[in-house]
Amino acid sequence: MTIDPIHQFQVQRYVDLLHVSGVSFSFTNSAAFMVGIVASIFLFLTYATRGRTLVPGRMQSVAEMSYEFIAKMVRDSAGTQGMVFFPLVFSLFMFVFVANVVGIIPYTFTITAHIVVTAMLALLVIGTVIVYGFYKHGTHFLHLFVPSGVPGFLLPFVVLIEVVSFLSRPISLSLRLFANMLAGHIALKVFAFFVVGLASAGVAGMFGAVLPFAMIVALTALELLVAVLQAYVFAVLTSIYLNDAVHPGH
Amino acid sequence: MTRLSKLSLSAASTAMILVAGSVMAVAADAGGHGEGGFPPFDPRHFFSQIGWLVLSFGALYLLMSRVTLPRIGRILEERHDRIARDLEEASQRRAESEAAQVAYEKALVEARGKANAIAGEARNRLSAETEANRKGLEAALATRLEEAEQRIGATKSEALSHVRGIAVDTAQAIVTRLVGVTPDTASVEGAVDRALTTH
Repeated sequence: MTIDPIHQFQVQRYVDLLHVSGVSFSFTNSAAFMVGIVASIFLFLTYATRGRTLVPGRMQSVAEMSYEFIAKMVRDSAGTQGMVFFPLVFSLFMFVFVANVVGIIPYTFTITAHIVVTAMLALLVIGTVIVYGFYKHGTHFLHLFVPSGVPGFLLPFVVLIEVVSFLSRPISLSLRLFANMLAGHIALKVFAFFVVGLASAGVAGMFGAVLPFAMIVALTALELLVAVLQAYVFAVLTSIYLNDAVHPGH
Repeated sequence: MTRLSKLSLSAASTAMILVAGSVMAVAADAGGHGEGGFPPFDPRHFFSQIGWLVLSFGALYLLMSRVTLPRIGRILEERHDRIARDLEEASQRRAESEAAQVAYEKALVEARGKANAIAGEARNRLSAETEANRKGLEAALATRLEEAEQRIGATKSEALSHVRGIAVDTAQAIVTRLVGVTPDTASVEGAVDRALTTH
């Protein structure tokens, strides 16, 4: 393996499934992780609640807490009507959360460190807001961009700002997650290469390698925090954006 | 929360500086790198990634919304119902025990009232009996007193009726002894009667 902190993000094709006019649809390491994440979420939650006990055990508590945590989050930001999106926000949170946390384990593939994945998730959220907003409120949904109580001469500017802020939401939503994951993993790899580089440089280097190694330990802890936090931020922002679809008026 | 987000922000920005350098190094090296380019921006894998994301996330959404979340929701609901039912039952039991307490106190008050009534009745009956006895006794005593008084009166009048005869005899005897002449009984009686009436 060459010294390349980017190698960990390399998509590797395992099986080419389709190949139409230069575009290929293949089973890759990325696809394997996606399927694995979905399977582990489902299996864990099913296994944890297998007893359906009145007084929950440890695993059932985790399942119940994640349910109530997301339910409260959605209800707090989007109200009771927003609870139609509870399965969506729950799926998004679990998917991003598990993807982020799994990505910290060495030699794994971090799907959320790929802009395509995070952009698709963000587009899913914004697409849901737009489709549900128009479906539920018709043209009244456009009032989202027209705050009430703004003086007439300011209105065009305010509407412009609202539109820009709305359009920047999927960009910020996807870039935040992508950049956090990418940056953290590259930083970890860079320090890991420092360890290897110094250790191979003789006895003094071996003692010197302790420093970047300590840094890796600290960074891993920080990355765990970032992984959890980014999943939380993604879910909270999703709930807040979905609130606009439910209650478009300001 | 704000502290955490600040922390993650600063961590991210530090990491970004590190990344910038690495990325530039990699970009410069990209030509010799077989696969070429920065993998997250490599469009050759976009289609596969999007396709598998749609498949896997779609499956996750369906599984969560159809199977897992209703399952957990049911567990929570059952617990909620059970707690509500238990609380309901507890409050019902408490109401019952309070009713029993009230009934007990009422019964106690009734019993106490009845006891008082019985005691009062007994007292009244006893005092009435005593009164009657006393009255009977008094009446008997009064009768005997009256009889005694009548008897005394009779004896007294009888005695008094003897007084005149005695006075006459005595007066006759005294006169006889003093004068030596026995006075006429009629005149003595008249004198005695005069003396008795003047006194």
